[in-house]
Amino acid sequence: MTTFRFEVLVTLKDGLSDPQGKAVESALPSLGWTNVRHVRVGKHIELEVEAHDEASALEQVRGMAVRLLSNPVIEDYQVLEVAPK
Amino acid sequence: MSGAAPPRVGVVTFPGSLDDRDALRAVEQMGGEAVPLWHADRDLRAVDAVILPGGFSYGDYLRCGAIARFAPVMEPVVAFAERGGPVLGICNGFQILCEAGLLPGAMIRNRSLRFVCRDVWLRVETAQSCLTGGLTPGETIEIPIKHGEGQWIATPEQLGDVEAKGLIVFRYASRTGIVDDVSNPNGATNNVAGIRNPAGNVVGLMPHPEHAVDPDVGPTGGQPLFASLLHAAMVGVTG
Repeated sequence: MTTFRFEVLVTLKDGLSDPQGKAVESALPSLGWTNVRHVRVGKHIELEVEAHDEASALEQVRGMAVRLLSNPVIEDYQVLEVAPK
Repeated sequence: MSGAAPPRVGVVTFPGSLDDRDALRAVEQMGGEAVPLWHADRDLRAVDAVILPGGFSYGDYLRCGAIARFAPVMEPVVAFAERGGPVLGICNGFQILCEAGLLPGAMIRNRSLRFVCRDVWLRVETAQSCLTGGLTPGETIEIPIKHGEGQWIATPEQLGDVEAKGLIVFRYASRTGIVDDVSNPNGATNNVAGIRNPAGNVVGLMPHPEHAVDPDVGPTGGQPLFASLLHAAMVGVTG
């Protein structure tokens, strides 16, 4: 078994209002950045998976992303494999 | 139906549930038999209806209701719902029903980003549900809301389906039943406050009818809803 490390990025679907992103966007001008638009806030999830091979590990992480880590009604996800720590 | 045994209504307590005690109390106050259920239970103790109460199940850490939907008790709850048993999700319970796929859509943070806690008016949109069988479409009721993530949204396909099939049970409205942006406390799409499944036996809503049955502590808009739920429990299937 080998340990594979992944990052899962979960973001609200394009076109959905993102109240957290709006709050960040409206706070930035008070710090002097008046040139920022379209702020979106998402989730960054790191995890390590024990598996026989990379393909199996990736398939399992995709399963986790669909069933638990994201809600497909409102969110998109992206799975990235990263170098082990 | 005097003389018949009162319907048994189960209320599930998840780790982090807050309103389970109020829901149990409301059931008793409205003449039902309240049955406490636990998230780790694998059977429903022969109840006639199930309530998933408000709160912050499992801390709501990932998304509201995302972890609770995989609790052991949800397996018999889903089976009970599929057999036509009355299932009501209130606030966090509504979020759990959406996460479990029993109801369409999802909840995101309130438009204002603020937690909102106040009495609101709801317009009843349909009597074809286990929670509104004794009400008339168009009438308004007053009950409280208290949530930070209650903005109901759905995919365009889901929204079209929900509107076309009349699955919206309540909309946020004025006291006189005008549905407008001013009366929308959280930015919910089309002012949706509660929805049902096509059969009408599963209903979820963000407002809290269990906090609105006792005239000593506020509005009583929850009374006709619990009366309808108890009636549905009386005539329906058993878990």
